[in-house]
Amino acid sequence: MKLLTHNMLTSHVKGVAKGYPLLIKATEVKVNEVEFNPQFVSRMIPKLEWSALVQAAEQLGHREDLPAELVPDYEKNEEFLKKVHRALLEVEVIEGCLQCPESGREFPISRGIPNMLLNEDEV
Amino acid sequence: MAASCRRPEHRAPPDVFYNEDEAKKYSQNSRMIEIQTQMSERAVELLNLPEDQPCFLLDVGCGSGLSGDYLSEEGHYWVGIDISTAMLDVALDREVEGDLLLGDMGQRMPFRPGTFDGCISISALQWLCNADKRTHSPPKRLYTFFSTLYSSLSRGSRAVFQFYPENSEQLELITTQAMKAGFSGGMVVDYPNSSKAKKFFLCLFAGVTGVLPKGLGSETSDKDVPHQVQYSGQRCRFKNMKGKSAKKGRDWIMEKKERRRRQGREVRADTKYTGRQRRPHF
Repeated sequence: MKLLTHNMLTSHVKGVAKGYPLLIKATEVKVNEVEFNPQFVSRMIPKLEWSALVQAAEQLGHREDLPAELVPDYEKNEEFLKKVHRALLEVEVIEGCLQCPESGREFPISRGIPNMLLNEDEV
Repeated sequence: MAASCRRPEHRAPPDVFYNEDEAKKYSQNSRMIEIQTQMSERAVELLNLPEDQPCFLLDVGCGSGLSGDYLSEEGHYWVGIDISTAMLDVALDREVEGDLLLGDMGQRMPFRPGTFDGCISISALQWLCNADKRTHSPPKRLYTFFSTLYSSLSRGSRAVFQFYPENSEQLELITTQAMKAGFSGGMVVDYPNSSKAKKFFLCLFAGVTGVLPKGLGSETSDKDVPHQVQYSGQRCRFKNMKGKSAKKGRDWIMEKKERRRRQGREVRADTKYTGRQRRPHF
C-alpha cells in the first residue's frame, strides 16, 4: 500500500464519524522506484491531507526532511515535488496493519494489500 | 434453473467463485484478456477525462488488474478494490502498477470525499444484485455502494460501469439506486443489435448533469427504423389512388360507366350532361 492510498483511506466501520487518519503499524516497508511525474504530484497535493502524509511518513521512518507545512508555489519547486513523490508513491507498506483512530478496529495488511472487509455487525 | 447456471453470479458468491482456477484464466486466456482490455478502453473513453493529464482513478472489482493495466498505459494512477483474494494474488504476480485493496463493494467505500477523478468497473456490478448472505439486501447494498462512491468522487467526474444485466428488472434496480444516491446519467448500450458484441455501460455523472454519450453501432437503428408510427393529423384520401381519377369527378364517372358497359350492364349513354352538377334547388 502506497502512502497516497493511505492518505485517501478512511475507516468505514459502522458508527465511526471521521475515522481519519488511519494509524499505520508496519512490520515490513519497501521502497519501490516509480517514474517521477511532476504534473501528477502537483495535481494531487491540493487533494492531500498534508499533516496525515507527514505523520504517516514519520511512522514509517521515511519522512526525510518533508516539511511540516506545505510549501507555497510548490508547482515550480521540483526538488520539493520529488520529495513528495517519494513519500506518496515509492514508500510502500508490505506487512502490518492499519488502525482506526476512533474504534480501534485493525485492518491487516498482507503482501501490500489492506484487508478492508467488514464483519456483518460492522456494516 | 438450467439457464441460470450459465451466469457466474448464480453459482457462488464472488469471493468463492473467483478461486485460483478462475483467477488463472484472467492471466492466461488471451481471449478473456482481449475482451477485458477492450471494455476498459471503452469505459475510459466514456469517462471523458481531461486530455494529457494524469488522473487518479478508482477501479471497482479490479480483479487481476487487466483494466488497471490499460489505465496505467494511458498514464493514469489508480486504486483497485476487489473481494477475491485469489484474483488480487494474480494481480500481485502480474506486478500491476496500481494500489490494491481487499474490500466488498456492497459495504461502504473507505475513501475520503472528493478523492477520485473517475471510477471504472468492468463486469462487477451484477454481483451486487445477489444476496449471498442472510443479511444481504441488494437494493440496500447498491445504495450504500453508490452513495459512498458518489462522495468519494470529485465533482464533475464520472463513473462508468460495464456489466451484464440479467433482465430489465435488474437494470431498473441498479439505475434507481444510482439515481437515489445522487448520480445523474444512464445506460449506454454499444451494438444493441448484436447479441454477442452488445455491451451495457452504466454511465454516471457526479455533481453535474452531462449529455449521455451515444452507444457504438446504434446510429443506424436510431435513424432508419423509427420505433413508432409518426402521427399526422391529415386523412389521406387521395394519396394511395395511384393514377386513378378522383372520386365523383367527371373522369371517374366516365371510367365507371365504361367498366359497366364492358360488363354488359345497361348503362345510359354519355351526353354533355354526364357528370355535371345539377342546377341548385333553392
